[in-house]
Amino acid sequence: MSRTSLVTQMLTNDRGGRVFLAVLATVMVAVPVLNLLVPESSALHVSTYTVTLLGKYLCYALLAVALDLVWGYCGILSLGHAAFFALGGYAMGMYLMRRIGDRGVYGNPDLPDFMVFLNWHELPWYWHGFDSFLFAMIMVVLVPGLLAFVFGWLAFRSRVTGVYLSIITQALTFALMLAFFRNEMGFGGNNGLTDFKDILGFDLQSDATRVTLFAITGALLALGYVLSRYIVSSKLGRVVIAIRDAEDRARFIGYRVELYKLWVFVFSAVLAGIAGALYVPQVGIINPGEFSPLNSIELVVWVAVGGRGTLYGAVIGAVLVNYAKTFFTGALPEVWLFALGGLFVVVTVLLPRGIIGLAGQIKTHRQAKASKQSEALT
Amino acid sequence: MKPLHRLRGMMNRRRALDVPPVTAERLDVSHGPILYIEGVSVSFDGFKALNKLTLYIDDGELRCIIGPNGAGKTTMMDVITGKTRPDKGTVFFGQTLDLTQMSETEIAAAGIGRKFQKPTVFPQHSVFENLELAMQADKRVWSTLFAELSGEQRDRIEEVMTIVGLQELSKGRAALLSHGQKQWLEIGMLLMQNPRLLLVDEPVAGMTHQEMDRTAELLVSLAGKHSVVVVEHDMEFVRSIARKVTVLHEGAVLAEGSMDDVQNNPRVIDVYLGA
Repeated sequence: MSRTSLVTQMLTNDRGGRVFLAVLATVMVAVPVLNLLVPESSALHVSTYTVTLLGKYLCYALLAVALDLVWGYCGILSLGHAAFFALGGYAMGMYLMRRIGDRGVYGNPDLPDFMVFLNWHELPWYWHGFDSFLFAMIMVVLVPGLLAFVFGWLAFRSRVTGVYLSIITQALTFALMLAFFRNEMGFGGNNGLTDFKDILGFDLQSDATRVTLFAITGALLALGYVLSRYIVSSKLGRVVIAIRDAEDRARFIGYRVELYKLWVFVFSAVLAGIAGALYVPQVGIINPGEFSPLNSIELVVWVAVGGRGTLYGAVIGAVLVNYAKTFFTGALPEVWLFALGGLFVVVTVLLPRGIIGLAGQIKTHRQAKASKQSEALT
Repeated sequence: MKPLHRLRGMMNRRRALDVPPVTAERLDVSHGPILYIEGVSVSFDGFKALNKLTLYIDDGELRCIIGPNGAGKTTMMDVITGKTRPDKGTVFFGQTLDLTQMSETEIAAAGIGRKFQKPTVFPQHSVFENLELAMQADKRVWSTLFAELSGEQRDRIEEVMTIVGLQELSKGRAALLSHGQKQWLEIGMLLMQNPRLLLVDEPVAGMTHQEMDRTAELLVSLAGKHSVVVVEHDMEFVRSIARKVTVLHEGAVLAEGSMDDVQNNPRVIDVYLGA
């Protein structure tokens, strides 16, 4: 079997994925056109606010794909995946902070505002290099990847699994949140990093920049999806599912289970970091709240709602739940948390395989009904 | 000493990095036996599961191991596959490979395959995929990511499917197989690794008579090309396949010989009927 045939096979076997990629492509063309070319007076005009909101959803979708890869396929329920998202976001935020230069409130060309405020006189060593976009992008990938590597190396080789692993991932993100809340850490403490001006010289407030960021997010989501799909369709993907279903068996067959888990975990963390880096310039702020354990749990709910182990289900879940969140927090703010909790209960009890699974359930139900009818007829 | 030993394990290049483990090429059976278990003792909280067990398995032989519950049969399997480390004694695979110093993965790669009592196959994968995963191949992460099946490998999978009689269920999910079919699939998965030594734990538990007969045929056909060690409770089944039987009792060998010798051995009768 040649490489190209593997890719075509991968796409022909993935109907849901083809639909998702087609929808994504349509949105990526339509939204910029409706925002930039259709006049504001027209009913078809998409406001820049909506573009940014959609961009945010796409970042969440990429994050959800990353989680689905480790949870849905490898069976690692990470309750700390938002930590990798936030770290990627901070790396991007640091670059954007350095771009402000002397345009800050204090007008200090060398130090970000919060450092001037704290009476610091020079840039901490770990801020060096973030003037360069390239360096910052390397960090976006490297920092979450490295943390995932060290954490995963220790956890997987000690054979920490199941609920224990979930708890320590939760502890990891909680510890990071507390650390980033401290002013002494040098990441802006409570307020985080904000008040960004431009990215690579393009004004972050302009419509064109926002639309471009949206388009880049969409493209990277598509790329992340295709890469993830390639991984789960490869032999590595089959090994990973085998590990999920019968870990000991996989080990006896001769697979180094801990290295496979580590590989998938690190890849997933890198995807999450990239999602975070795309998120920050669009929402304009990154603060320690992003490390909050609640965020990681919400992320798990997205994937569960969409249907885990399908990748596109995660995308659907992320977009739907976040759309509901936007709607409820605007219309009925006090109801949102109850709705989220209720949603989780409903999905766990009634839709163990999420919305995607529901489609399958309806289909089998219909087939059963149809065969019953045809039996009755004969 | 223990932490120091573990630290050394961590520094071991083979373990720290993704380097392929020892292969079966080094296996040396020039003296006859393929497995040497000598003076092995294992105790759990004072309970002696194995008590100076000494046992040799010849290359290509089919050996049945019987014994009452708690005789140490499963512990012996655990020691051979590296799941349990012996307190005392040596376990050698051929002349050269010291199994007590190798990890579970290394032992599997060196050519020892184990079939568990409860059939464990990968339920979400098809029969074909189960065999593909078990296939002897480069099992490092990156090579697995880009692995593709060659024509030869495909043929080998087909061949094993025929041996275990599952060729018609090639695309069926393993979760949907019957109990007996799962056991055969698991034996097939062992065969895919081209093991020199097969350890088979209670292969016919819960099988129908027809399934048992097929299993007996299968195991007998494997001997010669592979060495097979079968642990089994079912005497009728043991009689149908056994050439040489070893009786374990309280962690040591009680008797060894043909099925008739063993059944007429007064000490064996004592252990099985006297208690």
